[in-house]
Amino acid sequence: MSKLQQAQSDAAIRDVMEQVLGTQSLVSRRSFLKLVGLSGGGLALAFYFGDEPAQAQSSGGKFAPNAYVVINPDNTVLLYAKNPEIGQGIKTAFALIIAEELDADWSSVRVEQAPVNQALYGNQGAGGSTSIPSNWDVLRQAGAVARAMLVSAAAREWNVTESTCRTEQSKVLCSDGRFLSYGALAEKAISLPVPDVKSVKLKERSQYQLLGKRFTGVDNHKVVTGQPLFGIDTVLPGMLYAVYEKCPAFGGKVQSANLDAIKQLPGVKDAFVVEGNGLATEVMPGVAIIATSTWAAISARKQLKVVWDESNASKDNWNEFVKQAQALSKQSGKETLFNNGNVEQAFASSRNQVEAFYTYPYLSHATLEPQNCTAWYHDGIIELWSPTQQATRSVSMIAKLSGLPADRVTVHQTRAGGGFGRRLMNDYACEATVIAKRVNAPVKLTWTREDDMAHDLYRVAGFHSFKGAVDAQGKLSAWQDHFISFTADGKTPTSGGNLEVEEFPSPLLPNVRLTQTLLQSGTPTGPWRAPRSNGIAFAIQGFMHELAVAAKRDHVEFLLEVMGEPRWLTPGAIRSLNTGRAAAVIKLAAEKAGWGRSLPKGRGLGLAFHFSHAGHVAEVAEVSVDGNKKLTVHKVTMAADVGPIINLSGAEAQAQGAIIDGFSMMFGQEITLDKGRVLQTNFNQYELLRLPHAPQVEVHFIQSEYGPTGLGEPALPPLVPAIVNAIYAATGERVRSLPLSKQGFKLA
Amino acid sequence: MTTLTVNGQTHQIEDVDASTPLLWVLRDHLGLLGTKFGCGIGQCGACTVHLNGTPTRSCSLPLSAVANQQITTIEGLANSNGTLHPLQQAWIDHDVPQCGYCQAGQLMSAAALLKDKPKPSDAEIDAAMSGNLCRCGTYLRIRAAIHTAAGQTTIMGGKAS
Repeated sequence: MSKLQQAQSDAAIRDVMEQVLGTQSLVSRRSFLKLVGLSGGGLALAFYFGDEPAQAQSSGGKFAPNAYVVINPDNTVLLYAKNPEIGQGIKTAFALIIAEELDADWSSVRVEQAPVNQALYGNQGAGGSTSIPSNWDVLRQAGAVARAMLVSAAAREWNVTESTCRTEQSKVLCSDGRFLSYGALAEKAISLPVPDVKSVKLKERSQYQLLGKRFTGVDNHKVVTGQPLFGIDTVLPGMLYAVYEKCPAFGGKVQSANLDAIKQLPGVKDAFVVEGNGLATEVMPGVAIIATSTWAAISARKQLKVVWDESNASKDNWNEFVKQAQALSKQSGKETLFNNGNVEQAFASSRNQVEAFYTYPYLSHATLEPQNCTAWYHDGIIELWSPTQQATRSVSMIAKLSGLPADRVTVHQTRAGGGFGRRLMNDYACEATVIAKRVNAPVKLTWTREDDMAHDLYRVAGFHSFKGAVDAQGKLSAWQDHFISFTADGKTPTSGGNLEVEEFPSPLLPNVRLTQTLLQSGTPTGPWRAPRSNGIAFAIQGFMHELAVAAKRDHVEFLLEVMGEPRWLTPGAIRSLNTGRAAAVIKLAAEKAGWGRSLPKGRGLGLAFHFSHAGHVAEVAEVSVDGNKKLTVHKVTMAADVGPIINLSGAEAQAQGAIIDGFSMMFGQEITLDKGRVLQTNFNQYELLRLPHAPQVEVHFIQSEYGPTGLGEPALPPLVPAIVNAIYAATGERVRSLPLSKQGFKLA
Repeated sequence: MTTLTVNGQTHQIEDVDASTPLLWVLRDHLGLLGTKFGCGIGQCGACTVHLNGTPTRSCSLPLSAVANQQITTIEGLANSNGTLHPLQQAWIDHDVPQCGYCQAGQLMSAAALLKDKPKPSDAEIDAAMSGNLCRCGTYLRIRAAIHTAAGQTTIMGGKAS
C-alpha cells in the first residue's frame, strides 16, 4: 500500500465518520409520502424527502401506509426497522417509537429488518449514536400517520367525527362504546387519502404508554434458541467457503504463493491471488482459498506459503512511537490548534502548576463475530449478506468493485455480532465481492480471529503532554495540551486521532493552548466506540482531577466551577455541550454514589464527566486496591442526560455494557506493533474482561425536555478516568498510561 | 464415517476429515448454526456445547473424539415440545442479549452449571462462567438471569415485556 493509498483509505474513513455524525442535519423536517412497491406484492407508501404526497395503496387486505408499518387483517402489526441491529437494541427501539404513536398492541407487533433501499429509507447505518436522534421524528410520524388513517376509517364507518374516537392497543374506540380493531379497519383505511405529516399531531411525553418502560429485545427468543440471525449464519444452496490471507505487515503485496499445492488439498475448489486496490477500507492484496467447508479452507491455509513484497509496507513499531512521543512531550507541538487568553502569563501568576504525560494504546475492535460476508453473483446481479453498520454506503463500493451498476447490487443487512465502529467499514464485503466474482457459486468469506485482529482499523493511540495551573484562589487558570497523534497523509490526523478545539474543557477556560504533532504511521485506524472521546476522556478528565488535587479542591466542586453558568456551548445546537445538563449529571452521580463519605484505607471513589455524541454523562467508580496492586471495581454509578428514554431495559443495557467494555479496554487491552505488524493474535493476548470482574452498575437517567440522543457510546468515555481517579483516591498512585495491566495492576 | 448423536438425533457424517473440529461439523455439515465461531482456540466460549453433559469448547474438539457420544447444542436446550429451558426464559425476561453472538455459549455453560448446582452461589457462577467472553458486557444480566432461573431471585427493576 503506497502512502497515497493509505491516505485515500484514511480519508474515506474520516468521510464515513463525518457522514455518520452529520446524518442528522441531512434529515429534513419536510417528510412526505410516496407511492412505492414493497415486498409481499402490495403497494406501500414510503417516507422520503422532497416528493409529492400520494394515495395509500395496499393489497390483500393489508394496510401499508408507509415503508415502516403494515397492518394485517388478523390485527397483527408488522414494523420495519430501517437500521441494522448490532447489539445496540435499535430494532426494538425503532419499533417502540412507531408503535407508541400508532397505539399498537405491543404483544401483536412483529419487527423485521428493513431491506436496504436508500430511496425508501435514506441512509441505513449504525454509528455515532445517531440512530435515535436522526430517526425520532420520521418514526413517530410513520406511526402517527397510520393511526390517523385508522381513526379516519373508523369515524367514517360509524359516521361520527374523528374527535369522538380514540385509540389504544390496536383498536379505535368511539365515545359511545363501540370499537373496531385495526385489523378490521385495515381494508377500509387503504382507500383513504394519506394526511400530510405536518398535520398529524404527535403525542406529548405524558401520553406515552410504551416509551420509557422495559422491553425485551424483539429477537431475544431467536437468540436464546440459537436460530440463524447473524451474517456468519448465512447459508445458500451450493455455497462455497472462502478464507483470505493478507500480508501481516500493512500494505504488503503478494509476490508469489504455492497456489498449485493448495489446489490439490482436500476440499479445495480454487486458490488465487487477489491484487486488490490497496485500500484498507476496500480490498488489500492477498490470497483467497475457496473450499467446500470453512474447515477445509482453514486447513488448506495452514499449508499456504506466500512470499510477500513488503517494500511499501508499514514499518511501524510501537516502542519507537512511544520514544518519539516522549521526546516530543518536552516541547510545544508543531502546529497550534487553539490559542485563547495568555497561557504563559497565567502560568507565571499561578499558585500551582502540574505537568503530566498521558499515553493510551492502539485498540482492536474484536467484535465477537469475526468479519464475514456472503456474496453471490447470479442473473446479472450481485447479492450480499453483510453484517455491516453501513449497508447504504457499501452499495457504491460493491458496484465499483463488481463492475455492476448500483441498481444491480442488493445488500441484505443481517444482525451483526457486535459493531463498536468496526463495521462502519465494509472491507470484508468488498473482499467477498471480488472473491465471489471468480467463483461460480455463492461464497461465504469468513475471517479467522487472527485475521480479525491483524487486519482491523484500530482505535488510534495517543499522547497528551499537559501543563495546567491553578491560581491563588484555587481556580483552574491555564490549560495546555501538546497532543501527539498519527497521520497517514502527513498533514491530517488519522481517523479517530483528532483533537477538536470544542472538546471540553478548552472552550470554558480563560487561558488555553492546544498544539499538535503528528507521527507518520502506516497502521490503518478508524472509529472505535465513542471515537476520539474513548482515549481523550482518560487524559483530559484524569488531568482535570490532578489539577483539582493540586488546588486542594473537591473534584465535584472544581468541575462545577469550570462548567460555570448553565448555557449551550453552541447556542441552539442540540449536539453541543450544555453546561447545565453537565452540572446536573455530575451532581446526581456524586449524590447517588455517596460522594464525600469516608472509606477504609485502600478504597476510593473517583468521578469523571465527559460529553460525547450529544450525551452528558458522569460516572463515579468505587474501587479497592490492595498492597499487591490487586484491583477490584466494586461499583460504578452513572448519571446521564440523553433526553427521554425509549426502552429503559435497552438504555440500561447500553450503560452497563459501555461501563464493562470501558473497564475491559482500560484494564487489559493493547495492540502493539513491530515491523508494521500487530503482535497480538487472539484473545489469549488481547484480553476481554470476564464475568467475575464485572463491576456492579447503577444507572440514573435525567430525562430532560430535549429530544432523545444516543446511548451506545457516551457512557463509555467517562468510565476510564473515573476508575483512574478512584485508584488515585484509594492509593495516591496516578495512572497516566494504559492499559492498567501494564502498570502492574491485577484483577482481584 | 463417524456417528454423531446431536440433540438426541443420530447423524452419519461422511466425507469429513476426522480432524475437523466439532464446531464446523455442526455449522457447515449439520446446519446447526446456533453454536458460534469466536476464536478457534477455546478462549471465548462462543462455541460451547455439552459433551455427555459437560460444557466443552467445540472449536477445539476434533470429530474423531466425539464419535458415538452425546452432544447437546443450543438448538437442543429447550424441551422438544418447544418449552424453553428456564435459563432461556430468564434470558428473555432479563433482556440479557445485546448483540447476542456469545449467548448460545453462555447459556450452555449456565445450563451445565445448574444441572450440577441447582442453586449456585455467586462464586460458583464466577467459576462456571469465566470461560465465556461477552464483548457487549452483558455479564451483570447473565448473573442475575442464572439466579432467576435457579428460583433464587426475582427480576431487578421488573420483567422486560
